[in-house]
Parts: sequence; C-alpha cells; structure tokens
Amino acid sequence: MRVILHSDCNGFFASVECLYNPEIRQKPVAVCGDADKRHGIILAKNEIAKKYNIKTGEAIWQAKQKCPELVVADAHYDRYLRFSKMAGRIYSDYTDMIEPFGLDESWLDITANVENFEQGYQIADEIRRRVKYELGITVSIGVSFNKIFAKLGSDYKKPDAVTLITPENYKDIVFPLPSEDLLGVGRATKKRLKTLGINTIGDIANAPREILRSQLGKFGDTLYSFANGYDSSPVKKIGYTSLPKSIGNSTTPSKDMENFEDAKIVLSVLCDSVCRRAREQNLVASTVSINIRDKDLYIINRQEKLSRHTNLTSEITAATLKLLDINYDWRKPIRSIGVTLSDFVPGNTSAQTSIFVDEHKREKLEKLDHSLDGLKARFGSFCVRPANTLRDKELSGFSPKEENIVHPVGYFS
Amino acid sequence: MKQYISVTARFDCDGNLLPITIHWDDGRSFEIDRILDIRYAASLKAGGAGIRYACRIGNQQRYLFLEDNRWFVEGKDTA
Repeated sequence: MRVILHSDCNGFFASVECLYNPEIRQKPVAVCGDADKRHGIILAKNEIAKKYNIKTGEAIWQAKQKCPELVVADAHYDRYLRFSKMAGRIYSDYTDMIEPFGLDESWLDITANVENFEQGYQIADEIRRRVKYELGITVSIGVSFNKIFAKLGSDYKKPDAVTLITPENYKDIVFPLPSEDLLGVGRATKKRLKTLGINTIGDIANAPREILRSQLGKFGDTLYSFANGYDSSPVKKIGYTSLPKSIGNSTTPSKDMENFEDAKIVLSVLCDSVCRRAREQNLVASTVSINIRDKDLYIINRQEKLSRHTNLTSEITAATLKLLDINYDWRKPIRSIGVTLSDFVPGNTSAQTSIFVDEHKREKLEKLDHSLDGLKARFGSFCVRPANTLRDKELSGFSPKEENIVHPVGYFS
Repeated sequence: MKQYISVTARFDCDGNLLPITIHWDDGRSFEIDRILDIRYAASLKAGGAGIRYACRIGNQQRYLFLEDNRWFVEGKDTA
C-alpha cells in the first residue's frame, strides 16, 4: 500500500506577507491584486481574516464591508515563487516523487521510505516542523494511501497540523464530510448530487454506481472511486511536465477598451506573449480563442479552428482580430480580454503546405519571429514592438510573458 | 526590525560561502570570530527566511541571515 502526503501551505500568500511584515501579524490580513490596475480582488487571507468570513475572489470593498480594519497587502509573486521552491527543497529531502499543484500544494509519494503509516505520519510531522522553522510559515499535511484522501487530510485540520487517514479509519474521517470537499465536486455537481439525496462523501461511496453514472456520466464512476479510496493515480516525479493543453494570457487594462483600435493594441501585446510562449516550448496550435468581458462583466468566448497549425505571431494576431471583429458589436466597452492557443502538436511535425500560401514568405516570418524572440529575451519585451502599441501606453504597458505564472490545471485535464 | 548590512564573505574551494566581516552603516566593521552553526531558518523577528549563520563576534552571538543575495541581521529594537 502506498503512503502519500499532501502538503498545503496555509493561506500561502498571506502567510508570506505576514512573515515579512511583523507589524501586521496580529491583524486581519488579505493579499490583493493591484487596485490601481483594477485587479483588486482578494487572493488570500490569514486565519484572523478568515474569521470575518472573507472569501478569496471577492472585491476589496466587499471584504472591507465585512471587516473595516482589514489590512490589504500587495502581492509579491517573486517571494511566493521563492518560498514555493524552498518548500520543494524540504520535500525533496524525503522523496523524488513530488507533484506540485499550484505554488502552495504538493503531493509526495514516500512509500519507498517508510514501512507503515505510523512512519509516514512521523515524516509528515517532521516536514511540518521544518517548514515552520525554516520558512516561517505553516503547512497542513494529509497522510493517506491515495492522493484524494491525502488532500482531504490536509484540509481536515489546519493550520499547522497533520492528519492520518488509513484504510482502518477512513470511513470515520472521510465519510461524514460534505460532498463538495471531494476533489472534483463543485457547485453544479453538488447540486445534482443533492437532488439524489447525496450530501456526504459517504453517501457517494455507498450510492449505487449505476445511478451516479446515469446522472453524471463517466465522471460518476470517477467520484465513486474517489469516495471509496480506489484512486490509484500516481504522484509524478520531480521535473515532470506534461504537454500543456493550452497557452493563454488575459488582461484587465487600467482603462476600458472603447473601440476596435483600442482592442487591437491590447491584442497585439497578448498575441505576442502567447506566441512566444508557444515557440519557447516548440509547439504549434490549431485553435485560437478569445474571451471578452464587457464593462458589465458579461463574458463571451469565441474560437476558431485554423486551417493549419501555427505559432506565427502575425497569423495568430490576424485570427484573433478577425474573431473580435465578427463577434463583438461595441455597444459596450470591453473591460478585459484574453487570447488562448490550444490543440498543440510539436513544432517540427510535418505539415501539408498549401498552394494558396506563399511558403517562402512564411519561412521568412518564422525567421523574423525567431530573431525578435532573441532580442526580447535579451533586452525585455518592450525593446521591439508593433508601432500601434505606442499609441496608448495605458493599454499596452504590460508584459504578460514576464508576469505570467502557470496556474495549476484541473486535476482531470 | 530587519537591517540589511554589507558583508565581506569568502567562497571556499568546496563552494561553501562563509561570512568573514560585517560592516555597519556608520563605518564600523566587526570580524566574525567563529561560525557556530549554519542552517536554513526563518527570522520571525526581522521578517524573512534564508540561510542563517550563527556567528560569534567578540563575546556576543548574533544571527546573520543570507536571503537570496542580501545579508541581514535582526535589529535590536523589535516590533
């Protein structure tokens, strides 16, 4: 039987900010995006702020209504990356099977290092103590025989705690928990389960499998096996990276985009970033999508299948502009916009050329992109740029590639 | 209180980095007589985390932290 840990840094961003600012440690603290750039939502909060029922994702003003004395701290992603790496360094003293899930969570498979769960618990406790001593922040760790229960364990008792879920006690610990605590059960699934009279994880585990399947399809089977502890998915090794499903960037500029020309400026910057990221990984995409949120926060998504795989900035930019032109009527200004590439194949895959396309010119464009990438890598994203982005620096003055952080993809993708 | 300071340090041939002298802002310098302990640690007092050198300077013991590539000490007047 495997011994798997799931380590979760408690209120990660907020804990790091509290460490760096001793004077705010005893106050309710929330880490927020930049309000001046209109990214002002709560990203994380400390234990004291949690008591005021402050939720991740809500606007700063909403949180301040609940708790007027809330201390709002700016986010420092470079710090979080560093702390995430430092935590990884501690984990790597115990195993090389470490699978990060975002910056603040990791699964560890320590089966090879221990003989029983008791020893697994001791290692988890040592990690907990070391993180607290060496990083000055706390973690909660779940110890179990599969990844799903290990994650439940790290949520079970926090902060600064270890929870052991064994084949002997899992029914007592896991089964009474509400269904939404299970990985994969969100608001919609919870609602559907509720109509079936399923409220707890134990209810899922004991439900007839056919009913789950008939209501939720294949996913019903997945939930059934999760709830019963049958999950057997492996913990990936250090450094393992799977082929990305998509590469995207989006932005909310500091003012709304009023017309096509405004949006064109922002899209140039976004397309430059996603194409460079795709080229860096030597991937070519065949689907381009844009998502648009207007000033009333109404969202539309549109995508186009390209006639051939590409990562040329000029082709992707042209495709996104076409998508925008066809699908948006400009009755309302746009608040935020994003570009995503997907359906990748490796860049060196042979492709059918077209008699209607000047292949010679395409090759030249490839070389041009390659040269520009080299310049931007050496001198920064702003060293060479399309002339139209100079018209409005408020819309173009951001560098999504450098500021990009790869967030965890869903567990199922 | 977190006090960044300048430090003279030496890499030995095994790649270990050891501080030799610390220099205060006011111009005074102190030789580190002995390094008693080196480990990763957080400083709750100063607010930071990195490699902590426990140093004997004269007849005093002080913690010296290397965080990324800046050195700091825990100031005496703490919050």
